[in-house]
Amino acid sequence: MSLIKRKPQRRVAIVGAGLSLFMRRALDTGKELSYYAASQALDAAGVRRKDIQAVVMATAPDAFDGVHMKGEWLLDGAGGVGKPYLRAYVGGGSGVFSIISGWMMVASGLFDLVLVVAEEKMSSCQPHPQGAFLTIFDHIIERPLGPNLLWIFSLEQQRYMAAYGIQNEDIALVSVKNKHNALAHPAAQVAAQLTVKDVLDSEVVAWPVHRLMVSPISDGAAAVVLASEHVAQRLADHPIWIQGVGWCLDTSYWGNRDLAYPRYVEQAARMAYEMAGITEPRRQIHVAEPYDPFAYKELHHLEGLQLADRGKAPDDLARGRFDRGGELPSCPSGGLMGVGNPIAAAGLMKICELFWQLRGEAGTRQVAGNPERGLAQAWGDLMQVGTVAVLGVR
Amino acid sequence: MGFEAATRAYDDAGVTHQDIDSFVSVCEDFHEGTSITDEYTPDQLGAVLRPVHTVAGDGLQGVAAAVMLIRTGIADLVAVEAHCKTSNILAHEQVLTMALDPSYERLPGITPHFVAGMEMRRYLHETGAPEDAVAMVVVKNRRHALSNPVAAYGEVLSPDDVLASAAVCAPLREREISPPADGAVVLVLASEEAARRTPKPVWIRGVGWASDSPWLAARSWGQASYASLATQMAYQMAGITKPDQEIRFAEVDDTYAYKELQHLEAAQLIPRADAARIVLEGGTRRGGRLPVNPSGGSLGMGYCFDATALYRTAEAVRQIRGEAGRAQVEHAATGLVVSWRGIPTQSGGALVLSAD
Repeated sequence: MSLIKRKPQRRVAIVGAGLSLFMRRALDTGKELSYYAASQALDAAGVRRKDIQAVVMATAPDAFDGVHMKGEWLLDGAGGVGKPYLRAYVGGGSGVFSIISGWMMVASGLFDLVLVVAEEKMSSCQPHPQGAFLTIFDHIIERPLGPNLLWIFSLEQQRYMAAYGIQNEDIALVSVKNKHNALAHPAAQVAAQLTVKDVLDSEVVAWPVHRLMVSPISDGAAAVVLASEHVAQRLADHPIWIQGVGWCLDTSYWGNRDLAYPRYVEQAARMAYEMAGITEPRRQIHVAEPYDPFAYKELHHLEGLQLADRGKAPDDLARGRFDRGGELPSCPSGGLMGVGNPIAAAGLMKICELFWQLRGEAGTRQVAGNPERGLAQAWGDLMQVGTVAVLGVR
Repeated sequence: MGFEAATRAYDDAGVTHQDIDSFVSVCEDFHEGTSITDEYTPDQLGAVLRPVHTVAGDGLQGVAAAVMLIRTGIADLVAVEAHCKTSNILAHEQVLTMALDPSYERLPGITPHFVAGMEMRRYLHETGAPEDAVAMVVVKNRRHALSNPVAAYGEVLSPDDVLASAAVCAPLREREISPPADGAVVLVLASEEAARRTPKPVWIRGVGWASDSPWLAARSWGQASYASLATQMAYQMAGITKPDQEIRFAEVDDTYAYKELQHLEAAQLIPRADAARIVLEGGTRRGGRLPVNPSGGSLGMGYCFDATALYRTAEAVRQIRGEAGRAQVEHAATGLVVSWRGIPTQSGGALVLSAD
């Protein structure tokens, strides 16, 4: 079944990217973090704020900052004053959705030059941002049980392991790979050289999830500049094109679903592949940045994205297929497990990474073989939303 | 409520949820009392496992997102949903206070309506408009609401009744603030080709939205700068050069009564110096030269947060279709909707709708 009515007529490119440092407790405000990332993206694109016609902001729950209508509050930091400004919001999926929203702005023909900013400042939430997540659950059925995110993701990991006979050692390897990859990332918060034993020796936070299988609490921001075809060709020698986008939201009632497989990620990927004209993703995608807030999620998502067989992603990982030098480098940036997880900014960081990888500008993180097409994906809500973008050099 | 609105909207468009290609919801966490509140949007819309996204913004920003989606070509039918369950909120003023900058602007124990009070003061000062004109907006909208079956606050008042209500933050009075209401709205938007297959399409000729500085210190107190920018964008798209002649009626934000006057000026429907006089003379009544808020507006229908703009769009659609019953404006071929996100924001939208 077709997931889009027809292919979009107008092409959209990324012409600049910017990233703040990711850290546990930034002294900067959310507005300032947004400003750093946005300024860097504008500089990289060679444009100024006055050239920008519209601005997209992505940022996750207002509860982190304790500010109602947080998007409004952040808008001057993101350069939105005096412009059409839109806050796109799909929980943890917001980072990748932010460029989907920006893509809509340009592909619709309404705008030619759009700034996309994603920000998160989790450290403002005291004593711990997990407190904000207590309020994401259904207030009648679930909140009385006192669930938190670690709790439900441990359920999902448990189900994934049980369905396919996966061992915790297989999953710990994701932490080892990503934290190692992040050693080469200048903005990384939790890069480390670890072994599987180190990961499994870290304390259990909610069985089977160990502390080193969870991404950290982070502050940070990321930004990109999007342009229509004629503007992109004027601004950049090597624009990176948004070839396909897809998104999908599953039912709110996660307790009724089989958590072993993320079918919403599959739907989102199929939509993006259809738009990008991809029929054999494993051959046609050269570098991937799947969402990895928890170690098992990277594997889970690679399967949903049709980049690995169901239940087989751990085997592929073990034989090095997803290493930076492997057949399909996955999270060469270091991902959320290594670079950090300022929620919405982490998703857009993945887009920034693809931008640099596809332009051959990723320095010591560069994957081999001149990759021509990459995929970024984010995930969020109650294990419910998939957002996918396929980027390419043409 | 969302299910009920969606069912009616799909039925009205002659489609089912399976025909809808993409869904947009409009909501804010603190209004719902739920973080990441977009989690709870798909089921009631028939949108499970479909492309759904949320705009944490104004209802017209949701409409703009749907317009953009359709214009990319990937979707022909898009549903936009917003709702307001304000009766679940114990202390809405406290929620509003949370929208102020925590370091510089949040004043504990002071009503957040002070922003509107100061704005109204500045507006009256700059224009020389009498407080009677602001009171007359309340009288008019409450009276209009009597003819609208979905309006919660229809009432016959005199300007003196309004001026006799308690001052909330002088010169702003209690009856000049829109009272809250619960409700849900779903709109179905379609590409031209798909719309021609539906029974009663009303055309979106232009959409615009804009934000100005979020800081109180940098605020444009006397005029609604965002509404000027948003209406200019919508007029340009619609090819409207003389709004005061081409727009037949308007549904403009009246969260606070003085806002209706500010928004009419920003939209260039009334010259700045004349707004008070025209309102006092009855020019904005349902039978006047420029009917404004024939639905009753937020003062008459009730205020529904970010769903307000979608309510007013639905009312404008009823007018243009000639289905507004006792609220019907004559020759309502082209209408304008102007929205605002409320204090302390300077964000709003504009939508030009017409029969052809």
